[in-house]
Amino acid sequence: MKELLAFLPILPEIALAVGAMGLLMFGAYGGERVVTTIQGLSVVLLIFAAVLAAMLPDSRFGTSFVVDEFARFLKVLAFLGSAVAIVMSLDYLAVEKQQKFEYPILILLSTVGMGMLISANDLIALYLGLELMSLALYVVAASNRDSIRSTEAGLKYFVLGALSSGMLLYGCSLIYGFTGTVSFEGIAEGSKHPGIGLIFGLVFLFAGLCFKVSAVPFHMWTPDVYEGAPTPVTAFFAAAPKIAGIAIFVRVAVGAFHEIVPQWQQIIVFVAIASMVLGAFAAIGQRNIKRLMAYSSIGHMGFALVGLASGTAVGVQGVLIYIAIYLAMTLGTFAVILAMRRNGEMVEEIGDLAGLSRSNPPLAFLLAILLFSLAGIPPLAGFFAKFYVFLAAIEAGLYTLAVIGVLASVVGAYYYLLIVKIMYFDEPVQAFQPMPGELKAVLGVTGLFNLLFFVYPAPLIEAASAAAKSLF
Amino acid sequence: MDVLLMDYLPLVVFIGVALVLGLALLVAPFIVAYKQPDPEKLSAYECGFNPFDDARMKFDVRFYLVAILFIIFDLEVSFLFPWAIVFGEIGAYGFWSMMVFLAVLTIGFIYEWKKGALEWD
Repeated sequence: MKELLAFLPILPEIALAVGAMGLLMFGAYGGERVVTTIQGLSVVLLIFAAVLAAMLPDSRFGTSFVVDEFARFLKVLAFLGSAVAIVMSLDYLAVEKQQKFEYPILILLSTVGMGMLISANDLIALYLGLELMSLALYVVAASNRDSIRSTEAGLKYFVLGALSSGMLLYGCSLIYGFTGTVSFEGIAEGSKHPGIGLIFGLVFLFAGLCFKVSAVPFHMWTPDVYEGAPTPVTAFFAAAPKIAGIAIFVRVAVGAFHEIVPQWQQIIVFVAIASMVLGAFAAIGQRNIKRLMAYSSIGHMGFALVGLASGTAVGVQGVLIYIAIYLAMTLGTFAVILAMRRNGEMVEEIGDLAGLSRSNPPLAFLLAILLFSLAGIPPLAGFFAKFYVFLAAIEAGLYTLAVIGVLASVVGAYYYLLIVKIMYFDEPVQAFQPMPGELKAVLGVTGLFNLLFFVYPAPLIEAASAAAKSLF
Repeated sequence: MDVLLMDYLPLVVFIGVALVLGLALLVAPFIVAYKQPDPEKLSAYECGFNPFDDARMKFDVRFYLVAILFIIFDLEVSFLFPWAIVFGEIGAYGFWSMMVFLAVLTIGFIYEWKKGALEWD
């Protein structure tokens, strides 16, 4: 019994993994009749895992897996993000006749990987979590296998993902070779007198992680994969995996390499500036809204990394607030994109939103809120997200980074506001089909969260602050 | 640091030996092998593919599936060998670790069976 208690820290992941395997057997025997049951049970399982993850005390599983305030905060976000992604896929998959019971199970398995990644405390656990998450993502990207674009998205993601995993592993092997350990504490100890080899390893490791959070210059896969994958899959990609990616990025940078902040700071500053600028300028010419959201998410990852660049507890707090608000903004926006259905066909052009304010005023209003929030206009939640990361950058003396970031967000505001202009001032085209209830719920909750965040921001900010402090 | 690197000396020696041995086996046939070219030697065996042909040809995807399934179960067996050798020393922990591993693989096996991946037609 006492031995079994040792498994307590990984209980949410065990519950998800066992549940996913149980549902897989259920699906294999039940066939297509039980798809809806499996979808429902997957959502329940994810919420159950989120509750479990939130309740776990500070603990460790060996040296490789750690539960702390940081892990609890991000796991709840990631698990809920995955649950909402499954909920948002229900109507789409039913209408497109792509209901397969493997889809929610792959999301569950990917979420196990995210949990592993968020709690990883050594390089082996990091790699295992990363691959478990990514392998399931490659498959869901290609889940519409009769569509040439979906398979292309899956293949592209797989090939580039394998390349980035290779770079990451190369970095891990260099770090192990020059410090003699894989545990983050040991690496922190060994990096007090960093040699050139360790720095090389650090750079390769960060390159692999940048790929996973789609930060420039490792962003090339993002627009194609976002555009090619089925829309609910894109919504999932933009939400939960990004949280896990940022989580491990922060934990590696702050947990394992806090002795050599100046060395990695310059990398993060460069990556953050490049992501923000590319996200702002490349999105301007986009006509496809999924592609636009891809560039938008590249830009947002840049903003989140601004907080990390400061390398302080305030900076990490900024990152956590940013990623939580980003989750709400992205899921809400994708709820609208999933509702863009006309005469039984999905439409994805920005021009299709023309005159939405007259054909569906509530939808247009909520989308406008979300877009203003994405642009970072006060008093919406997106403003506070940017405020905290720039504040941390200023406090750390990174003035250039903060100024470029603010300028990039002004440029970025242009294309968000352009969509608002199209919705409110252009001639209406044909109205969309009625929005299914679960999308309405997701859009309503995220829209109100963004609108009313400034009224009572304390819970999120305090939770993020406690989570950030647990790393220092 | 140097002690750490010295630990890897056997690995360097191993790579060196592997390199020499590999190259020797590669080069030796050109010098000493008995040569008697025959078109039949280059043709497909039974129902296989032509060994030297355009790579962009129609390819039965079932070969691919079989290959993947083979790799999975091949790996399973390669994990079982070292486990079996040290089985006496690793106790209940080692036993149950392998049982969990096998259980996960069995679930995968049941899934592929039910999905019909093992049927050729």
